[in-house]
Amino acid sequence: MVQMLKEPNTASAQAAVVLREVSCYFGSVKAVDGVSLEILPGEFFSMLGPSGSGKTTCLRLIGGFEQPTSGQIVLFGQDASRLPPYARDVNTVFQDYALFPHMNVRDNVAYALMVRGVPRPERHRRAEEMLELVKLAGFGDRRPGQLSGGQRQRVALARALINRPRLLLLDEPLGALDLKLREEMQIELKALQRQLGITFIYVTHDQGEALSMSDRVAVFNQGRIEQLDTPKQLYEYPQTEFVARFVGSANVLEGRLLGLEGGRYALRPERIAIRPGSQNGPNCLSGILLDIHYLGAQTRYEVQVGEERLTAVTSSEEQGLQIGSAVTLSWERGSLRPLREAV
Amino acid sequence: MPGKPSLGLRLAFYLGMLFLHFPIVIIVLYALTTEDRTYQFPPPGLTLRWFGEAFQRQDMWAALWLSLQVAAMATGIALVLGTMVAAAMYRFQFLGKDFITVLLILPIALPGILTGIALLTTFKRLALEPSFWTIVIGHATFCIVTVYNNVVARFRRTGFSQIEASMDLGADWWTTWRMVVLPSIATALLAGGMLSFALSFDEVIVTTFTAADQKTLPIWFLNELFRPRERPITNVVAVFVMLITFLPIVLAQWLTRDTDDLHGGGKTG
Repeated sequence: MVQMLKEPNTASAQAAVVLREVSCYFGSVKAVDGVSLEILPGEFFSMLGPSGSGKTTCLRLIGGFEQPTSGQIVLFGQDASRLPPYARDVNTVFQDYALFPHMNVRDNVAYALMVRGVPRPERHRRAEEMLELVKLAGFGDRRPGQLSGGQRQRVALARALINRPRLLLLDEPLGALDLKLREEMQIELKALQRQLGITFIYVTHDQGEALSMSDRVAVFNQGRIEQLDTPKQLYEYPQTEFVARFVGSANVLEGRLLGLEGGRYALRPERIAIRPGSQNGPNCLSGILLDIHYLGAQTRYEVQVGEERLTAVTSSEEQGLQIGSAVTLSWERGSLRPLREAV
Repeated sequence: MPGKPSLGLRLAFYLGMLFLHFPIVIIVLYALTTEDRTYQFPPPGLTLRWFGEAFQRQDMWAALWLSLQVAAMATGIALVLGTMVAAAMYRFQFLGKDFITVLLILPIALPGILTGIALLTTFKRLALEPSFWTIVIGHATFCIVTVYNNVVARFRRTGFSQIEASMDLGADWWTTWRMVVLPSIATALLAGGMLSFALSFDEVIVTTFTAADQKTLPIWFLNELFRPRERPITNVVAVFVMLITFLPIVLAQWLTRDTDDLHGGGKTG
């Protein structure tokens, strides 16, 4: 394995990953279109977006599985734009895990060591350590085919971590697991990342996952980054309509409707109060209640206001509301977030 | 539970099987007959004499040896080229790919007589004298198809991410090939190779067009049948050929039955 050279003069604050105007085209499809970003060492960084938004291609560019059409990829201070995957100090957890079915779990985990010629006893000892780390001690002799989905996921994680890479790429690693297992693994992954201090780049289409685990999130749409922010900023201050709708399904309102100057505004469903009756005024609108969804901890209301359909969420069910009757929605002025015009 | 098939259906089935397999029984029967000039039925008596006589025949051994050599060589070529084609067709998208797929299947889809004539004309044009190697090339044209079909199906089932995972973990192309690709296509190669071997071993038509005076075993058979002496010897050899081609095919089927299939991860698990 080719080790990457550290530049002697760089400080510890040097970025783990730098993308400079990176594009990747497949024929006429612009999978990644002029993306620039900087990921810091030790950061849990998520790439969030719908399928086809370029987030996975972006990850594969960093892993070396795709070549950029243009732009520069810098890993830990070294230009890696043209390096093959095996020459990068980066490991990947694949969406389908990509375990080797003809090897047992121990040999799967120890694969990276075997490739580097580490002697067998040492290899097995370290594989056993990694299996312990992912809570699979004693599973070494099994074949991947004998494991459950969640266990395979852990094997894939152990295999990618055995070389102690400085950067771990995770491509929708929890996508194939059921909800409960997914929530458990989210917590474990986050704990593991803190414990090891490795930079994680995490690709997901699940906004809840991205918000709960990440230090920062890049929201992808059509090959570009719409917004790069901390989860809190992203949720509280979405800059574009796409981000407002994709992250937490905000209402997007025309300024005219609100009696404000032009442009559009995002309004979170849980920032809206709902009460019976019809009243119009500053920071409130009246409409017809279309539907009530009881969700347990919350209740969601669908309201038709003129041409628009708005969603409000309250933590307890409001009394005296009837489907088909008039309701008034109100909010505080500060809850309206102005959005940038779409490019 | 499905019900029992009707009597008529079962009768039709057994008649069909009888029609297909009775000739094979006949071959075995006439390998043991005491009568060597006519195919008298039922045989007047049974003997193992012809087995001994068959082993004495030098021309039979020469033909058998030539057939084995040709089959081994054609299979070897098919394994290398078939795998390379399968890898290229699996991995890359390019103009005319569908056309090339058709071209690949053609040698096995076309009547052997066309392949034979085409090869003969080409060899003549290239001023290649018919020889051991022209037979091998002729056989390789259809052996490549069987290897290609087996290997490309395995590639599709395995998925490309295992190869990426191997490279991601520090293995270069060569190590990845040895440690990941080869083990995952090994049984497909074995199965394709065995089928190729069996196909080549009993090939007649292409061989007649590409051979000079060499006699592969099937050609030897044809010649023997025109000579009315020691008929049972032909049957003895036929019994052996049956075993030689039958066993690899059974083995090949057994090897390509479904094994661990991990593609798709935990969605099914």
